[in-house]
Amino acid sequence: MKTLFDRVWTSHVVKQLTDDVALLYVDLHLIHEVTSPQAFAGLKREGRAVRRPERTLATVDHSIPTGDRSVPIADAVAAKQVDVLGRNAREFGIELFDLTSPGQGIVHVISPELGATQPGMVIVCGDSHTATHGAFGAFAIGIGTSEVEHVLATQCIALSKPRTLEARFTGSREPGVGAKDLILALIGRIGTAGATGHVIEYTGEAIRALSMEERMTVCNMSIEAGARAGMIAPDDVTFAYLQGRPRAPKGKAWTTSVEQWRKLPSAPKARYDTQVTLDASQIGPQVTWGTTPGMVADITARIPDPAALGTDAERQAAQRALQYMGLEPGTPLAGIPIDRVFLGSCTNARIEDLRAAAGVVRGRHVAPRVRAMVVPGSMRVKAQAEEEGLDQVFREAGFEWRNAGCSMCLGMNDDVLGAGERCAATSNRNFEGRQGRGGRTHLMSPMMAAAAAIEGHLVDVRGW
Amino acid sequence: MAFTQHRGRLVTLPRRDVDTDQIIPKQFLKGVDRTGFGPALFYDWRYRADGSPDPGFELNSPTAQGATILVTGPNFGCGSSREHAVWALAEYGFRAIIAPSFADIFTSNCYRNGVLPVRLAGADVDALIRSTEGGLHELVIDLKKQLITDDHGFKATFTADPYGRELLLRGLDEIGRTLLEEPSIAAYERRHA
Repeated sequence: MKTLFDRVWTSHVVKQLTDDVALLYVDLHLIHEVTSPQAFAGLKREGRAVRRPERTLATVDHSIPTGDRSVPIADAVAAKQVDVLGRNAREFGIELFDLTSPGQGIVHVISPELGATQPGMVIVCGDSHTATHGAFGAFAIGIGTSEVEHVLATQCIALSKPRTLEARFTGSREPGVGAKDLILALIGRIGTAGATGHVIEYTGEAIRALSMEERMTVCNMSIEAGARAGMIAPDDVTFAYLQGRPRAPKGKAWTTSVEQWRKLPSAPKARYDTQVTLDASQIGPQVTWGTTPGMVADITARIPDPAALGTDAERQAAQRALQYMGLEPGTPLAGIPIDRVFLGSCTNARIEDLRAAAGVVRGRHVAPRVRAMVVPGSMRVKAQAEEEGLDQVFREAGFEWRNAGCSMCLGMNDDVLGAGERCAATSNRNFEGRQGRGGRTHLMSPMMAAAAAIEGHLVDVRGW
Repeated sequence: MAFTQHRGRLVTLPRRDVDTDQIIPKQFLKGVDRTGFGPALFYDWRYRADGSPDPGFELNSPTAQGATILVTGPNFGCGSSREHAVWALAEYGFRAIIAPSFADIFTSNCYRNGVLPVRLAGADVDALIRSTEGGLHELVIDLKKQLITDDHGFKATFTADPYGRELLLRGLDEIGRTLLEEPSIAAYERRHA
């Protein structure tokens, strides 16, 4: 009675190293400029080669500017990092989607877009949001730079086998409730360490009803629940998304692959180590109020009173968070004024996200004193949006329309919040200082962020 | 760097969910080397906006100077996979971190950088946090015996991840070790060609 995860794990064991730890084969290794330079330096120091450059894909996304691409990168340190990746890619024969490439974008957006991410694969990347690729039924994990070096040299990774957690979403979503709300609600329920040491498999009719891009949003934030990875069983939605993409199998190989992929889903009676069930019909739009993604509530709720929390540690953490966020217990979430809006990131910057947000802002205008920006997840997403005229919708509404990158999700470029600025963000982390020192982040769905941009404060998009 | 036994002073940071963005903020991730991160450790907490040390931050306390063991709250190292967080902790001088729980990627990064993540029961961590209230406090961490002791009768056992423990005890080059499995890797590739 195997789970999806068990099947992918077992089929990739190169050698069992200890009772618990196996050497797993890596089908696809994604790299970017920030977590790879030290790995390549290590290879060179030891005189080692990249074992399978053709199983490695590189792009620049984290530290690059999202403004004008015709001028050189102004930040000399970031420019060097980008340059070093370019040189390493050339030296080791790795395909690179650089700043001039129409295929450039956030690593977790471009790999699915290319069809490089496929069901049943083991995928790694020096980035915690690698879990995104689990939406296809791949086992995809974030790793550190030492492990990046290890995978470059050996095409393998040594891992202790995680336990499994089934997150079942029953029922169906209300209009105005997005995939982001499902995952935020789960993190609110189980906590930011609720799935540590586990792979989450998302199941249930509310998951089956999601589009491929929505599934990516759900899996993307598995790490925010502490999970090693998140997975969703591949089905016809998955295959329809993949078919015809540049790196997807073609012709007879496609038919054979689909046959294999259909065998991946968990057996009906498969057992998970842990199980949690949420009723999707009871989940409203979610907004974070604190400094971890687990500090989240329905938009109709009020800021919780730390004094009412269970333990000293929880009370202290909530008090500290509210102090940082500049919020008072009991304040209704709807109505909290914002200064900035960030529509972007590997969580929510694919074409469907931009369509959903554009649908909210069409014919309206960003509130006075609010600065709002759209940063498409990839240059292909940007091109597609422009073909559909979405860029015009955003521009006319007063949004900035940027080039692709991680941008203000982590603020490594010049897209940062100022101290005390409050941001409605579609990204994945509301940690202290994440988007800029002293910046205050509220995580939410693209529709909710778009509505907040128009109103100038947090608002329930269902009332629109 | 191998880790077998370590005696050192502890400093406590009694907060939960300390994420890697706090340990090493984003603006310090643009380098291409593994060094230079120590001065930026906990940057936003450690320094005020004008760049001067914040005397209210635990690591800036006079008794914290020279500490090599960090005792902290649950889910330490959550968030980003950035190994720079461990490089910063190691360069600052930390050899071990004691907490009720750690994030997975952070744990794996520690084992590969000579830093021992020690999972202790919440009650033991609380006892250690209280123990520093009287001032300086030293611990001995023995990875072979998986035992922590002090000079005042504190004693706690822990279980390290066996694979990570071996990496630390032997100071192993993990890549060199995996390359010895070349026949298995090549056989796997032939089976899946």
